[in-house]
Amino acid sequence: MNRPIELIENAVGRRVPTVVNGKEQTPFQGPGSYGPRGFKRAPPIRSCRDYPANGDKRVPDLKTALQMCGLKDGMTISTHHHLRNGDEVALAMLNAAAELGATDLMWFPSASFPCHAPVIDLMDQGVVHHIEGSMNGPLGRYCSEGKMRGMGVLRSHGGRWQAIQDGEVNIDIAVIAAPTADPFGNANGSHGPSACGSLGFALADSVYADYVIVVTDNLVPFPAIPWQIQGNNVDIVVEIDSIGDPSKIVSGTTQLTKSPDRLLVAEYVARFYKDAGIMRDGFSFQAGAGGIALAFVDFLKEQMKEAGVKARFVRGGSTQYLVDLMNEGLTDYILDGQTFDLAAVESIASDARHVPTSPFTSYNYHGKGNFASMVDAVVLGATEVDVNFNANVNTHSDGVLLHGIGGWQNCLFSGCTILALPSFRDRIPVLVDEVTTITGPGELIDVIVCERGISINPLRTDLLDAVKGSDLPIRPIAEIKDEVEVLMGGPPAKPALSDNPVAVIKWVDGTVLDTVWQVEE
Amino acid sequence: MASGASSANMGRGAAGPQGDDVRSDLHVVVEFSDAGGVQFELDSRVAGLYGDSIRETAEQVLNALGVANARVTIDDMGGLPFVIAARVEAAARRAGAEGKGDPRPQRMVTRDGPTARDRLRRSRLYLPGNQPKLMVNAGLHRPDGVILDLEDSVHPDEKDTARWVVRNALRCVDFMGAERMVRINQLPLGFEDLKAIVPEGPDLILIPKVEHAEQVAEVDERIRGIRSQDGDGHSIWLMPILESALGVENAFEIAQAAETVVALTIGLEDYTADLGVPKTQDGEESAWARRRLVNAARAAGLQAIDSVYGDVGNVTGLLEWAHRSRALGFEGMGCIHPRQIEPIHQAFAPTQDEIEKAQKIVAAFEEAQSKGLGVVRLGTKMIDPPVVLRAHRLVQNARRMGLLGE
Repeated sequence: MNRPIELIENAVGRRVPTVVNGKEQTPFQGPGSYGPRGFKRAPPIRSCRDYPANGDKRVPDLKTALQMCGLKDGMTISTHHHLRNGDEVALAMLNAAAELGATDLMWFPSASFPCHAPVIDLMDQGVVHHIEGSMNGPLGRYCSEGKMRGMGVLRSHGGRWQAIQDGEVNIDIAVIAAPTADPFGNANGSHGPSACGSLGFALADSVYADYVIVVTDNLVPFPAIPWQIQGNNVDIVVEIDSIGDPSKIVSGTTQLTKSPDRLLVAEYVARFYKDAGIMRDGFSFQAGAGGIALAFVDFLKEQMKEAGVKARFVRGGSTQYLVDLMNEGLTDYILDGQTFDLAAVESIASDARHVPTSPFTSYNYHGKGNFASMVDAVVLGATEVDVNFNANVNTHSDGVLLHGIGGWQNCLFSGCTILALPSFRDRIPVLVDEVTTITGPGELIDVIVCERGISINPLRTDLLDAVKGSDLPIRPIAEIKDEVEVLMGGPPAKPALSDNPVAVIKWVDGTVLDTVWQVEE
Repeated sequence: MASGASSANMGRGAAGPQGDDVRSDLHVVVEFSDAGGVQFELDSRVAGLYGDSIRETAEQVLNALGVANARVTIDDMGGLPFVIAARVEAAARRAGAEGKGDPRPQRMVTRDGPTARDRLRRSRLYLPGNQPKLMVNAGLHRPDGVILDLEDSVHPDEKDTARWVVRNALRCVDFMGAERMVRINQLPLGFEDLKAIVPEGPDLILIPKVEHAEQVAEVDERIRGIRSQDGDGHSIWLMPILESALGVENAFEIAQAAETVVALTIGLEDYTADLGVPKTQDGEESAWARRRLVNAARAAGLQAIDSVYGDVGNVTGLLEWAHRSRALGFEGMGCIHPRQIEPIHQAFAPTQDEIEKAQKIVAAFEEAQSKGLGVVRLGTKMIDPPVVLRAHRLVQNARRMGLLGE
């Protein structure tokens, strides 16, 4: 980066760039403070006369498809992560673009996984200029070391929809990997040999991108039912041998944690639901597929049976555990954002009570409301939490970017946001004085549950009142942090970070919440 | 988890586990050199956060052991300071270091004083002596006691390093009110353990494979000897483990071997092996031995504590075993996983019915006392003195288990 980057302090006291990848930025102003006006972006006008009347939009291969979309240097190409670590489409598409000689592309994935590490080579070769999207593992390290030409931009699932809708990101070509599709472009993720469940992450791209390519390894005659992606939004269909490795797309089973400390955390969370009065007839909750979250569902289930209450809906990250909950009559619906194991994929394909959702229904800042704030309570994780309840899910304590945001930020708007985590990992304290990176401001984080106790945000006097008389170990967060610090042998040294911003953390409204700095090697 | 080389190679010593799955631990190699001071080669996943602290901890230990010049290679996966100190000490001693300084880490926990002779001992959680990762949060699971084990869970080649780990854990790990027990090795190796462990003031020593009262008496004497030079004067309780046919035969003498013996327990793996029969789910083959042990313990006024239930995944089986165990007269049993603690506490708790009955008897007794009556009556029934005594014990235990208000 040649010209100096101007930095400004935002509402949580973090220095953030005023311009990112050539675009003016608004610093974070506090939750709910920023309300842009104007009109949403619209895709270019197209007409049915431009498409085959028989509905057959197939072309022979990826290269032909990219050429028909007018692939040019500097374009933005999007892909999606519903195939998770088994995805083969994103790389195939970027490699096809490379073979066509394209350079300086912006890759706009809804998330990246370790299987996408070869994109590092494409960045070294100049094919990809930079990534806006989660950067996990090797890609995150590459970015942290300042090797990416542009700045990384990390957005939540809802923030990605917001950026597409308000025109912050214009997708030139959207590439949607489809476990099942027909020649017209109708597509779903619930059927086929590479079934993954929901295709919700690709929905915005299908509506707003200039060009939409559907890539499938399971072409069926029209109509592909259900059409999670509508062919009416699709330009081109490409059939390939395989879109991914099914064993890495969904795990056969999801595993409960065996760690006694994590089980203790899960048990505390479940008991907190009961003692705080969250668990009552008709309630709702969200829990993901992490070891603690799964164990929590197991404990909660027993409590629900004992108390004779059932939930109206549960939000997933769906797994066998949520499916069992529904089949045992303990929830009316599963509203599913992502499908993690085979039992859940089977359920979403066959049970009308198991409903695929998208970031639009669940998380979008520019929607007329969304589900996230209607959920009674969520259980999330984090890499660090500080004594002011600020939390970090992106970087590790050494400052290296290693994770995306996912739906994590969006979920903070629930009625009661609970972070369930160990207070330390080996000799890495999780409870700290100040988080390395702020992914979520403390005022939205209500409860921290770790193996040493439960801390309630002092802003939530209602929760503090609700658990009076409970025999749960409710303790001030600073007290637990001090205890952990003694155990670790003192406070950790601060990581050596440079003054060079390599990525920004966006808030759900598009403002800049924090900066990831280049790490010193 | 591969273990460090223990073969004494003068001038070079290694300690601590190696491998990709190692967590919260470290591998240390100490190689003496002729000059140049102590040179570190540190590879740690927390080098950025605690690199200086790791070197400092290692230097203090080496200093105390008189190691002035050495190459020290540390491959650390996030070991806590008390673990680093133990591994460095083991490596340096294996290299032949013999300095007379004190290599022990600074004490972080203090002993409140001796635990009560007849305190609750429903659950005692086994913690393998060479796996410090499991020790740090053990107290959070609220066992009545923890057993830092130097015996069967520690590989014969690792007895020395486990000894330093356990000693340091007693100084540095807060077990949150759990009684701190150490199972020493079979005698005579167990005497070596006592030298390292006793000065740290554990609450109780478990003596394995006891067959004769003399063994217990000797351990008691050794402990007194060490405490008289280096201790706070508190006694350390003893719990002999009977693990053979002969041990069970001698149960009553063993129970009376020393003033400090507070409980007897049984080890069923070794006992069934001694009988030459398989250990079964319902334990019919050890029924007599367990009853014998209960009787001997009670005859000597001690607690009888049962063995462990080996199937961690089977909570129903554990509950059944524990209920039967209580019915036989045992007051607790061992746990091999923290998730066994709560079911065991449930099983060894008196039922609400039992508590209410006992409270009525105690109330009737107190009323009789206040009226100066020699005979206690409840309704139309006369209550015998032993029934009153048992009711007192039950109410007292229920209170200690938190089942009653103070």
